Amino acid sequence: MASETFDQETRLPPKPKFEAPAERMAAGGELMALRGVTRHFRTRRHDTLAIDRISLSVNEGEFVCIVGPSGCGKSTLLNIVAGLDHPTGGEALFDGRLIDRPGRERIVVFQEPALYPWLNVRANVELGLKIAGIGRSERKRLADRYISLVNLRRFEKAYIHELSGGMKQRAQLARALAVEPRMLLMDEPFAALDAQTRDVLQQELQEITSRLKTTVIFVTHNVREAVILADRVVVMTPAPGKLKTEIAIPLPRPRGPDSHAVVDLAARVRTELQHDIYAAQSAEDSYAI
Amino acid sequence: MPSSGMHGDEPGIALTPVDIDTTSVPRGGSTTARFRELDASGLVLKALRLAVFYLALLALWQLLYSLHVWSPYLLPSPSDVWHSFIDYVDNGLIQKAVRASMQRLVIGYAISILIGLIIGMACGSNKYVDETLGSLVLGLQSLPSITWLPLAILWFGLNQNAIIFVTFMGSVGAIAISARAGVQAIPPLYRRAAATMGASRYQSVRYVLLPAMVPSMAQGLKLGWSFAWRSLMAAELIFVTMGLGHLLNLGRDLNNMSLVLAIMFVIVAIGLAVDRIFFARVEAWVQERWGLEAA
Repeated sequence: MASETFDQETRLPPKPKFEAPAERMAAGGELMALRGVTRHFRTRRHDTLAIDRISLSVNEGEFVCIVGPSGCGKSTLLNIVAGLDHPTGGEALFDGRLIDRPGRERIVVFQEPALYPWLNVRANVELGLKIAGIGRSERKRLADRYISLVNLRRFEKAYIHELSGGMKQRAQLARALAVEPRMLLMDEPFAALDAQTRDVLQQELQEITSRLKTTVIFVTHNVREAVILADRVVVMTPAPGKLKTEIAIPLPRPRGPDSHAVVDLAARVRTELQHDIYAAQSAEDSYAI
Repeated sequence: MPSSGMHGDEPGIALTPVDIDTTSVPRGGSTTARFRELDASGLVLKALRLAVFYLALLALWQLLYSLHVWSPYLLPSPSDVWHSFIDYVDNGLIQKAVRASMQRLVIGYAISILIGLIIGMACGSNKYVDETLGSLVLGLQSLPSITWLPLAILWFGLNQNAIIFVTFMGSVGAIAISARAGVQAIPPLYRRAAATMGASRYQSVRYVLLPAMVPSMAQGLKLGWSFAWRSLMAAELIFVTMGLGHLLNLGRDLNNMSLVLAIMFVIVAIGLAVDRIFFARVEAWVQERWGLEAA
């Protein structure tokens, strides 16, 4: 488990002055819905409730960030939407249909770069298209477009072990975008990057997703990241994972990491999280002992 | 008193914020080139040492021959061996034997790659197959493949299929075991990524599983090849048809030790050549493609 690094501010977060309604930012209709989704993990000795009766709705074109301390089941939630995991209770719907398997209309960008080392950047991007059965010339056109979009044109012939961490995540993003999914599921994609690279990629992701109007569910434990990227931030509590609250982020884009509005809203989200973080940390401490 | 480096820790005012600018243009071969440069003088010295060693060995051989420690039909001189070699190249028997042996080897080896891959992948992806079939494969590894020859002759008759079978049995185990290891070494993330791209079972085998197995397969194929080569020579030696093993037998029958030694050199030369030329290239290619951490 990676150590949690929250950008610590020197001053105390101000008390929230108002309770904003969880208003919908996007114009489109509901694309994804979770209704009372529960996930048990049963082993012989343990029966763990990872997530407990979560209901969440995501509209077309919306950028939703799910924040929560590690172990709160946010990745499990994302995997269920991806179809890589299945709920033990409740239902997960995509476009009105039950999610029962993974599919390229709901593509995942993983935290670790899930790129294939025997293929260069371009071939990695084209692989998703090949799997989708798209012909050669169309593959080339789409790969060109999305490789340029993530600024990897100069490195399209490079193999994966020759890339930096940031470039790997750009490549993974290009591969995901190239199949033109209806929803992008991002599982802490920038968590392993250094702070500078993360800042740059956050700005670029904002720009790309607002240009393409991509629907995104973005899981992170970084509150500031969530506020910069999201139209709506969903806060989860750990053990078992539940939805605590939803906070709308009605800020104009592009949002810089240090703008006052972003810092203020991040402080608000952090207040919502704070209690649970302490709970999780003391739980982890007792675990370590 | 406070250290001057403190301001640099704040995010957003770093001097080189863009990761692309801080990374040199990658192109495979830059590291290899550096290694090659480093090795150039070392390589000459190494070749010199090797030459001295083998020349000394040759001189010792010649010396033993000249002292008549053993009679010449037990230990022929280096030049006798060389002349035998030239004779049998001139009458075309060596070429014919090499062709016949290589043909069997290629057939037996190809079949064992196919079957070994299937067995190995089945063992690697299914626990129950691994427990049962996998244990059988491991057990049979302790059986020298030449022991299959009597059965093979009964099953396939007195023809070269029996030899091909022995060759196959020699290498299939090593290939299956490395294929199994190859499947098990694939990071689960590779499969998940394929799944999220909507890959069918067939597509994830073809585009992900098989290529991901290549680094461990490269080792297994090399090992399998050398097992196949040994098994083939043993089988040819016992079961006489045209081939390098047959020429060894011919040398014994004719009491022609220089022919026997010449053929032994040919066997070593072919083995070394395939290993150093073909498999060395495969390994270099794997290193470049899959990166150093994979090897």
